[in-house]
Amino acid sequence: MSVRLSRMHRFAVAMFVFAAIFVCAAIFVFAALGAVSLAGEIGPQDLRSGFLDMSPESRAMQSDDTANPGMLTVLEGEALWRQPAGPNRRSCADCHGDAAATMRGVAARHPAYSPAQQRPITLEERINLCRAGQQKAAPLTWESPALLGLTAYVAHQSRGLPITAGDDERSRPFVDEGRQLFAQRQGQLNLSCAACHTDHRGGRLAGNPIPQGHPTGYPLYRLEWQSTGSLQRRLRNCMTGVRAEPYEYGSPELANLELYLMWRARGLPLETPAVRP
Amino acid sequence: MARALINVPKAAKRGEVIEIRALISHPMESGFRPDESGKLVPRSIIKTFSCAYNGEEIFRADFFPAVAANPFVSFTTLASASGTLSFTWVSDTGETQTETRPITVE
Amino acid sequence: MAGQRDASRREVLAGGGGLAAALAIGPARAEAEQTLAAIRAFTGEAEVRRGRVKLDIPVLVESGNSVPVSVSVDSPMTAADHVKRIALFTEKNPLPDVARFHLGPRAGRAVVATRVRLADSQTVTAIAELSDGSFWSHTTDVIITLPACAEG
Repeated sequence: MSVRLSRMHRFAVAMFVFAAIFVCAAIFVFAALGAVSLAGEIGPQDLRSGFLDMSPESRAMQSDDTANPGMLTVLEGEALWRQPAGPNRRSCADCHGDAAATMRGVAARHPAYSPAQQRPITLEERINLCRAGQQKAAPLTWESPALLGLTAYVAHQSRGLPITAGDDERSRPFVDEGRQLFAQRQGQLNLSCAACHTDHRGGRLAGNPIPQGHPTGYPLYRLEWQSTGSLQRRLRNCMTGVRAEPYEYGSPELANLELYLMWRARGLPLETPAVRP
Repeated sequence: MARALINVPKAAKRGEVIEIRALISHPMESGFRPDESGKLVPRSIIKTFSCAYNGEEIFRADFFPAVAANPFVSFTTLASASGTLSFTWVSDTGETQTETRPITVE
Repeated sequence: MAGQRDASRREVLAGGGGLAAALAIGPARAEAEQTLAAIRAFTGEAEVRRGRVKLDIPVLVESGNSVPVSVSVDSPMTAADHVKRIALFTEKNPLPDVARFHLGPRAGRAVVATRVRLADSQTVTAIAELSDGSFWSHTTDVIITLPACAEG
């Protein structure tokens, strides 16, 4: 209806305007520096969570556990944690006990290298491997309330802890893969992640501040979605935003990109469940 | 049963004004949102939220489709006596959900 | 803007000239009429005066999907003098009604908060009905910006 049309129309106009502005800016910068890529790293002192780029009202929504809709997802996960699954009727709690103790720090170091998979895996993949391997139950679908719930519940146990993902030797080549994905131009708008989130951090796009793009609060409640979603959902939105074909959920590209993003954010505290516009 | 979060002080002094916050999981489908095929998704919302204090209604809210998804409401009441606060949500198809919280009033 | 409105409509809201003027800020007559009709349904024949109500809503909003709103009314909230109902109206949403709250002397204070959807930058109005049958209002303009990289 009119709501959808006007938003799509304004989005198209906004992207057009941004593309136009960016082309001008890019020409200026290229002329000035003669550089091909500007994707440097943000210094550890300058890391800034998107929490600070939001309005005071949105920050208040995130900070109040009875007003934060992401906490409803955490509640869902808390119930699922105790729910028996598979032929042996085992729940997460049967092996892992009290999540507040056993899951503390887990999300902060994910994606984590899995020797069995020989690559880093995301928290969602970790949960599904447990479901298949230990509970002998069917895997949970990406973006299903169940997988979001369990992921949010587990990640919530790391709230306040600094992100440490990607800091080990075995992860290094995959962090590099992710870095390349972050820096490469893509889509019809021919933009890289770095173009906005590193080179133009703190600038503005369609009236809103451009955050550095740190995944400090996933799964999070996005006002745009009117629901909770994963980091992979958000990354796919970004790719659609530059008119690129998004990588599939659970793809190695998204896992590597997640790993790089978490490594890039290392030191920042986890906020799950965050609220973002 | 939809997940709900309710914030009520566990204890209060007689005559004190207490703040109550309630949040429930619900898409509040407005009826104005098109799906991928362009067809409007039918309306499905919570129509009423009410709070009763020891059985007597002390607050009611009528929601229309413009209330945001996962409806949140904050209101106040005078702490009058110890007992139970009950919170009821009613959907536009008549489904209800009730949660209760105890309160101690000195 | 107010001058373009029908004199008859202004008479209907006699004394609420401020409210009519505020609602007249908008392009389409149909929208304002629909909003006025919804307000009518809430207030009946009563005059709506400006004041006593404070509508707290951010002036600039990142997402029209979830806008925090708070309404407070200056009232002693006694049995003799209290707020009975508070209603919220929008001007450019598909439906003008947003929410109605039923209070009473047991509320202690007349303050309610919720989160609403706003389809576009527009005017939001809060109207309170007091126990003496009087109606009071406050109106604010809200600007909606659009989050970039939307899903659609």
